[in-house]
Amino acid sequence: MALEIRDLHVAVEETEEVILRGVSLTIRQGEVHALMGPNGSGKSTLANVLMGNPAYEVVSGSIHFDGDDLLEMEPDERSRAGLFLAFQYPVSIPGVTVANFLRHALSSRMKAEDPDSKGMPVPQFIRLLRGKMAELNMDQGFAGRYLNEGFSGGEKKRAEILQLATLEPRVAVLDETDSGLDIDALRIVAEGVNRLRGPELGVLVITHYQRILNYIKPDYVHIMMNGQVVESGDSQLALKLEESGYEWLRAKYGETELVAGEAT
Amino acid sequence: MVVVARRRGVARTEPAWTRADVEELSAARDEPRWLLESRLAAWDIAAATPMPTLNDEEWRRTDIRGLRWGEAGRFPVSDAGLEAVPAVNLEPLVGAGEGGSLVFVDGRLQRSKFASSLAERGVLFQDLGSAAREHGGLLRQHLLTRVVRPGDGKFAALHAALWTHGVLLYVPRNVVAELPFHVVMYNTQPGVSLGHVLVVLEESAQATLQVEYASAETEEQAAWIGATELLLGANANLTCVSLQDWNRNTWEFSHQRARVGRDANLDWVLGVTGSHLTKAFLELDIDGQGANGRMSGFFFADGRQMLDLDTQQNHNAPLTRSDLLFKGAARDHARTLWQGMIKSLPGMQRIDGFQACRNMLLGDEARMDAIPGLEIEADDVKCSHAATFGTLEEEPIFYLMSRGISRPEAELMVIKGFFDELLERVPFERVRERLQARVESKIVGSNGLRG
Repeated sequence: MALEIRDLHVAVEETEEVILRGVSLTIRQGEVHALMGPNGSGKSTLANVLMGNPAYEVVSGSIHFDGDDLLEMEPDERSRAGLFLAFQYPVSIPGVTVANFLRHALSSRMKAEDPDSKGMPVPQFIRLLRGKMAELNMDQGFAGRYLNEGFSGGEKKRAEILQLATLEPRVAVLDETDSGLDIDALRIVAEGVNRLRGPELGVLVITHYQRILNYIKPDYVHIMMNGQVVESGDSQLALKLEESGYEWLRAKYGETELVAGEAT
Repeated sequence: MVVVARRRGVARTEPAWTRADVEELSAARDEPRWLLESRLAAWDIAAATPMPTLNDEEWRRTDIRGLRWGEAGRFPVSDAGLEAVPAVNLEPLVGAGEGGSLVFVDGRLQRSKFASSLAERGVLFQDLGSAAREHGGLLRQHLLTRVVRPGDGKFAALHAALWTHGVLLYVPRNVVAELPFHVVMYNTQPGVSLGHVLVVLEESAQATLQVEYASAETEEQAAWIGATELLLGANANLTCVSLQDWNRNTWEFSHQRARVGRDANLDWVLGVTGSHLTKAFLELDIDGQGANGRMSGFFFADGRQMLDLDTQQNHNAPLTRSDLLFKGAARDHARTLWQGMIKSLPGMQRIDGFQACRNMLLGDEARMDAIPGLEIEADDVKCSHAATFGTLEEEPIFYLMSRGISRPEAELMVIKGFFDELLERVPFERVRERLQARVESKIVGSNGLRG
């Protein structure tokens, strides 16, 4: 079981600006990958394209998930197939409570498997949700709040991890989940992810700081620049970035490479 | 060429009623002399008031030329009974138990229930016709005299002259009617009906009332010319829920107004989802110091519906509070219009008035307008208003879908979420459920937004 990205080229739907220029990456269940790179290198675009955000257009290339063509699937189908994206900027949805939303999400899975399913019974759901919230040090009152409405940065990220823990995906993409978190919140979020780690879960941690990788130890580290994965290695690569920054990479894979690439 | 215009078969721009119709209607109901006189006085006003047109400010955006008075103006003949009313419209939604229920089918009373425990304490809950014979003094004082008046407009005058049926709820001083009252006005026939609701709460009286308006599908047009009068004495407390779901051939013209006395409290919930066209004048007069009035309006237009809701909050005393929130949606080729006004007289200090209308536009062909207004003639006041417009944005839909929720369900969740702020103000779970079900049938019932 793997998420396989092959030579992916992506543009912004509205402006046709090309963001990804041939990304290839394979994430298997049980593996933790980190994807690093400077702002604007295309990391978040990749995350959004994986989930099927209609704001982006896949120009060429392929994404397969467990052998199925992901690009043929709607975002809800991708989710039900076992893909999860923890958003960098989760949108607020007034009038929809965290609990109501998560129960719908779980029930839609059950209904997809069995059209006669009535969805998850409320008492069972409440027990489940309470347990998950306790693990993430979340106040029980949180369940009754409108989704992301008025949430602090830390609360939003915790809510994303709560969804991750509840939906139990096979591959989870964490898009800058560390940004805007203080050290305590970061630890709670990272512990939440580590608790889910195991042979059943593949993880892609997108970040531009090495900091979160102190808590979520990656098996593989990739570096993205100008819409391409330019370096791959083990956790040592992340430490090297931490010490030397992105400058050596810019020197190695800078503008000339890009211009030459476009000319071909 | 007046003769040509009046030729048979040419669409009428006005109903063909005459003074003789008023006399005939009153005689058929065996009404007391004072009531006939009051009807005739109203008729004189109606006859002297021209039918509103697009040139009248309040009707500038509401075109009623498509109404064929030739069919919509006929008084229906019906033998339909209680069995014609769908169970959903008979369901009591407010509170536990029932203090009483009155069900009208095509304007004829088909069910009348009233708890004897309330009758013993002097509460009156009956059809207006029998109230006119049995409690003339009370009606003479309150019916279409202080709250809605024939001079309020063409349709108020027509209603006062020709009302066909109605309800009186009277709660005497210091009586708390714990059990809720339920009124159903259901039509199976096209043609005109002119229904009335009169609620009089004396000092420190309390009541809860649910009024349901609905009709079966008909080929021909129908007109509803209605009036609601809510009169709250000092320290009285009324919760009123009114749900309108007329068929798509009904044109509603209604004046609904409340007067709230000193330290009294009104909680008024309105749900407007039916009709072809609705023009409702919804007014709140806060007459006594310390009084509170709250209006919560839910509306949703689809197809070619036009819902025009005209609200007014009049602060006629200092230290009064009004709080109005209307939330609506429109899809297909539907149109909605909300015009709001908060008014206060000079010297009405320390009033707190709020009005907001929030709109969700669910389609490129639909149109929603919201026009708030303030006319405040005092300086120490707290008044604010807001009108907002939104659409169904892709970002929250994508977010919900990314958690496995299908697009139609995600859209429904976002739309229901939009209405949640309003539903939170509705004090009855089952009313909330009913309104949510209306949203659902408007969205899902016609194969979703892209159907």
